[in-house]
Amino acid sequence: MEQVHARSRSFGGGAVPGQAAERLRRAPRLGEGAVRVFLFLSAAVSILITLGIVAVLVEESTLFFRDPEVSWLEFLTGTKWQPHIGAFGVLPLLTSTLVVSTIAMLVALPLGIGVAIYLSEYASRRARAILKPTLEVLAGIPTVVFGYFALTFVTPLLRSVFGRDTVEIYNMASGGIVIGMLVLPLVSSMCEDALSAVPRSLREAGLAMGSTRLETATQIVVPAAFSGIMAASIVGVSRAIGETMVVALAAGAGPNLTLNAFRGAETMTGHIVRISGGDLSYDSIDYNSIFAIGLALFFMTLTLNVISQAIVRRYREQYE
Amino acid sequence: MSGPGGSARFHAGLPRRNRVARAMLALFFLSTLIGVLALSALLYNILNQTAGLRAVEYQNDPAALAVAGVPVEELAQEQMVAVLRVNLSPGAFNKLENEKPFAERSRDEVYSLIVDRLLKPQVVENWSLVDSLTKWAEIEAFVAAEAPQARLEFVSWLTPEFVSRPQSSEPLRAGVRTAILGSLLTIAITISVAFPIGVGAAVYLEEYAGDHGLNQLIRTNIYNLAGVPSIIYGILGLAIFVRALEPVMSGAIFGLAEDPTTANGRTILAAGLTLALLVLPLVIVNAQEALRAVPDSLRQAGLGLGGTKWQTIRSHVLPAALPGILTGTILAVSRAFGETAPLVVIGASTYITQDPRGIFSKFTTLPIQIYQWTSRPQSEFWNLAAASIVVLMVLLLGLNAAAVVLRNRYARQAEQL
Repeated sequence: MEQVHARSRSFGGGAVPGQAAERLRRAPRLGEGAVRVFLFLSAAVSILITLGIVAVLVEESTLFFRDPEVSWLEFLTGTKWQPHIGAFGVLPLLTSTLVVSTIAMLVALPLGIGVAIYLSEYASRRARAILKPTLEVLAGIPTVVFGYFALTFVTPLLRSVFGRDTVEIYNMASGGIVIGMLVLPLVSSMCEDALSAVPRSLREAGLAMGSTRLETATQIVVPAAFSGIMAASIVGVSRAIGETMVVALAAGAGPNLTLNAFRGAETMTGHIVRISGGDLSYDSIDYNSIFAIGLALFFMTLTLNVISQAIVRRYREQYE
Repeated sequence: MSGPGGSARFHAGLPRRNRVARAMLALFFLSTLIGVLALSALLYNILNQTAGLRAVEYQNDPAALAVAGVPVEELAQEQMVAVLRVNLSPGAFNKLENEKPFAERSRDEVYSLIVDRLLKPQVVENWSLVDSLTKWAEIEAFVAAEAPQARLEFVSWLTPEFVSRPQSSEPLRAGVRTAILGSLLTIAITISVAFPIGVGAAVYLEEYAGDHGLNQLIRTNIYNLAGVPSIIYGILGLAIFVRALEPVMSGAIFGLAEDPTTANGRTILAAGLTLALLVLPLVIVNAQEALRAVPDSLRQAGLGLGGTKWQTIRSHVLPAALPGILTGTILAVSRAFGETAPLVVIGASTYITQDPRGIFSKFTTLPIQIYQWTSRPQSEFWNLAAASIVVLMVLLLGLNAAAVVLRNRYARQAEQL
């Protein structure tokens, strides 16, 4: 680019009578510099956002941990989260977050891989043209609508299948299943990208050796795309952990240390929403606690995203 | 490796392998089908709740309001106003008169006031659309036995009045006008902040920045920001906009505060800015893709004619990339339109009956309204939530259609360039 620019300028200098060209070349272009500065600042805003998030979370969390009622050890190992009696153990919130995300991934991962294999290895162009946009609609629906669906459809369904005594009105299973639906399009499209990045020659080699289409898909293409599928599932987990509205509506309001998915238990995100939904006074321990939970959440999702990026980068180098 | 014996083994194994292949194909297809079914179930469930039978009972007997034997719904307008004057407290009556003089109201409007204020209808029980259609007779029998006073009516919860009425605590009078206006104002702020900054950042990263150091950091950072849960942005907005910048957000610093005691910085402006931060990474990434799709020959032509870098970008690159940039931005914005969690965290008001008067007003948005109604235990509110979901989805569809139209229009213009 720069070279082209320089050459075109010198060429112009030859065509225009000497002095005028000299003036043109030397003309101060303040605008150029100003625009460049504005554009750079716009790009720098994203850095500011990250710094802002980290600063705010760390600062307010420090206030939280400095409170005499709270200790690091209790936060990480305590089994009760009951601010009114001064119990601040994050475990109940963490377990329910993990239970919900596990259920979500049990739904989204097998389905997502199935969808991806079907669309990339089997589907006719016409079937693809119908099915892919349909699944993308699922990705465009606001999460609060999924929350409504979980509470008014999936929960009653679970209760009629497993019995009203086993399944509580608010339960983690319903939230988990619906979050699974919600991350399905993400997982399936990432898996599909990974599968279609596998070179055609590998498939052709497999078919030429006499393997069936399925054997080619499952024993050659999927293993070759394995790192991409891993990355997809990690991003899926990260998305499920951070998902809020579905659990806020369907998973129950009240921390509860249980692994029983049919019982209600508040997740980290659900707790933040419930606490901040009421009238929250600044500098109260409740206010500070949402920053501590937020920090834990940010750290978890960031770690997962970085890992998945690292996997994707390594896997790209494999073929390009 | 394989003699004639191997070939025989190959052929003997083939039927089984083909069976497995067919079974697995069915499984893969089934996964796809489940995805489509889930979407259908979701839509069915919403539509099922937006209409149906409902049994409504008046809290107060209409017969008691009859004047000289004429039932209240057949009275002339003046008589209806008189009924209101007698039965309402003077304060309440004057308030109605101040909102809109009775002389200017139509007879129907006055009658609906009588219904709302004096008769006070209440939903005894209501049924979903499918239940209503399949079990109509049973429901009629049930209502006749359990609530003989109640009127059974088949209604849609989604009506023009529902869209044009403000919020109310009475399910039969509630509407979403306040929420729609709140959503639109919030989104307007989000767009006007996120679009210039996002496109600026994308132009810098694609056209100016080298591939090293700080720029590399910015790129990785944007990718990571796109993966941060939306609720974290809510926490950021709460600490920065609502708390630290409260005077700016409530307008007090400009002397424009509407009601500084109640808004507390939890204003439309704060909400719009929070959502702008949330969609910024998406806008940048989408705009970058659009810019990358512009052929290099366009840039070289511009530079070759002696244009400066910015002149080339402004007159050649941006017009060519505009359809892509607009589509990407609208897609990012439609994500902000449906976003709920960060707005709950920064303190959306859950119950406002007055329209927002400007960007310094307290706010509620359509998704917040849906959240609020869904979390109520009474089933009428679920119907209201379903109706608002339909409104939200229609607006989102409109946004996406606009994206398609814009893209096509600018794509044609770009071809003519």
